[in-house]
Amino acid sequence: MPEAAVEVDGLVKRYGATTAVDGVTFVAPTGSMLALLGPNGAGKTTTVEICEGFRRADAGTVRVLGLDPARAGRRLRPRVGVMLQSGGVYPGARSGEMLRLVAAYAAHPLDPAMLLDRLGLASSARTPYRRLSGGQQQRLSLAMAVVGRPELVFLDEPTAGLDPQARRATWELLSALRADGVTVVLTTHYMEEAERLADHVVIVDAGRVVASGTPAELTRGGADRQLRFRAPPALELDRLVLALPVGSHASEVAPGQYVVEGTIDPQLLATVTAWCAARGVLAEDLRVMQRSLEDVFLELTGRGLRS
Amino acid sequence: MTEPTAATTSRNGPAASGWAPGELAPRPGAAPLGRMLLAQAATELRLTFRNGEVVLLTLVIPVLLLVLFTAVPLVDVGGRRVDFLVPGVLALAVLSTSFTGLAIATGFERQYGVLKRLGATALPRGVLIAAKSLGVLAVEAVQAVLLVAVGLGLGWSPHGSVFAVAGLLVAGTAAFAGLGLLLAGTLKALTTLVTANFIYILLLVGGGVIFPLTSFPSGVRHVLGLLPVAALSDGLRAVLRQGAAVPVHDWVTLLVWAAVGLTAAARTFRWE
Repeated sequence: MPEAAVEVDGLVKRYGATTAVDGVTFVAPTGSMLALLGPNGAGKTTTVEICEGFRRADAGTVRVLGLDPARAGRRLRPRVGVMLQSGGVYPGARSGEMLRLVAAYAAHPLDPAMLLDRLGLASSARTPYRRLSGGQQQRLSLAMAVVGRPELVFLDEPTAGLDPQARRATWELLSALRADGVTVVLTTHYMEEAERLADHVVIVDAGRVVASGTPAELTRGGADRQLRFRAPPALELDRLVLALPVGSHASEVAPGQYVVEGTIDPQLLATVTAWCAARGVLAEDLRVMQRSLEDVFLELTGRGLRS
Repeated sequence: MTEPTAATTSRNGPAASGWAPGELAPRPGAAPLGRMLLAQAATELRLTFRNGEVVLLTLVIPVLLLVLFTAVPLVDVGGRRVDFLVPGVLALAVLSTSFTGLAIATGFERQYGVLKRLGATALPRGVLIAAKSLGVLAVEAVQAVLLVAVGLGLGWSPHGSVFAVAGLLVAGTAAFAGLGLLLAGTLKALTTLVTANFIYILLLVGGGVIFPLTSFPSGVRHVLGLLPVAALSDGLRAVLRQGAAVPVHDWVTLLVWAAVGLTAAARTFRWE
């Protein structure tokens, strides 16, 4: 078995004049969970669909379980589970019926009834697909991806639009898959999801990889930590910067929103509050924070994820 | 019956975690082709008969037409009406299933990404097509049994070879299915639905099914005679009414339509 379950190198895909994927490169080691993180339209779905064999690359190479998905589809399909972003079910089919059908394609499937039950779909097993809620449709689609006991799954936005409870059930399934040695490649625009679940995060924006690494690696770069607080806008920060240790940095990121970056220790906190006290300013919402993937994304692209 | 409570709690709880280690361990592999084929065909058949509009189109309308036009002397068919009508309505039944029904179902499966999704499973495309063919033939078998029973009840007296009839029905199915898939594989689902229904009605009127082609002016008649449904009903009548062999021109017409339709569908079909 190759060490990398999925290898994408210099992948390019164009639709007419627009370049949807522009040189994407990443590796998902066997048995790991990799998240492609980025806003809508970043090229995540196109990338995944090329790995799944639905689309052809215009340039670059893709290896899935050591094979070319554009040529070896017949050999790959029994080994790979796929969850599309939407659709993929006969509108008149009942959930249980559809899952049993997909299970019938596999030599050693999971028990469809058990899987429905674990995903909270037991009570809608006889409900036609078109009458399921969006979240139920998502979970059925997820069940269809894993019922054949694949060694690799591609999940396109597995938790988009799920309520917190359903999201937790999905996360538990994903963690269990990974723990059992299944390689998971998922796309998401939820930072929390990538941060919590993934071994590797690949941040894509406008068809390019802007950063990749473990969540820890990605959030470590730049300042270790931040101190944030609210105060009246347009405070004079010069004195504060002088009082802070070398290498620290203070700025007003939005009117009345102040951020101090650097080695945040008790001494630095005391310096900041003393500075406030000297000016008769009450710092509100004062928090010491770890950099999040959200911050990383904002720094790299200058935009929020949902914008 | 030991410790049923623990199991019940963990299975009913909405946040039920409890995936045992190894429960999801990979064990990939495709099922035997025969098992896939049976599962796929059975599902397609169940979905077909669950759809009320399909039942109306494939079973209710043909039976009603047969009963109505046999009972009421609306058209002069040159002979006993039921002997003229049963072959025509059989041809119509084949048309409704292998053209209209197949086109509409396939069009929506394409629109809803079902064909795309199934393309990502271990189910080979050939098995999917075989399953759909089995599904269509099974529906036609139900239609044939029903129409023959109703026809016999109305005093129909059939002649000819069962094999010739079966051969014609299969050739007609191939001709209609090619055309139906040509629509479904290229047009939007809703356009396919409207077009397929419209063609069905045109052929019902002008395909020699209910109204004999002899009731049209001779120029028009020869063109209409080249339609697949006209060839099918003409061939069925030759066998079932007179016990004759199938006229060669009917075979040729059906086989040419089948070859052209299936080739065009295979070349143009877009799976998503």
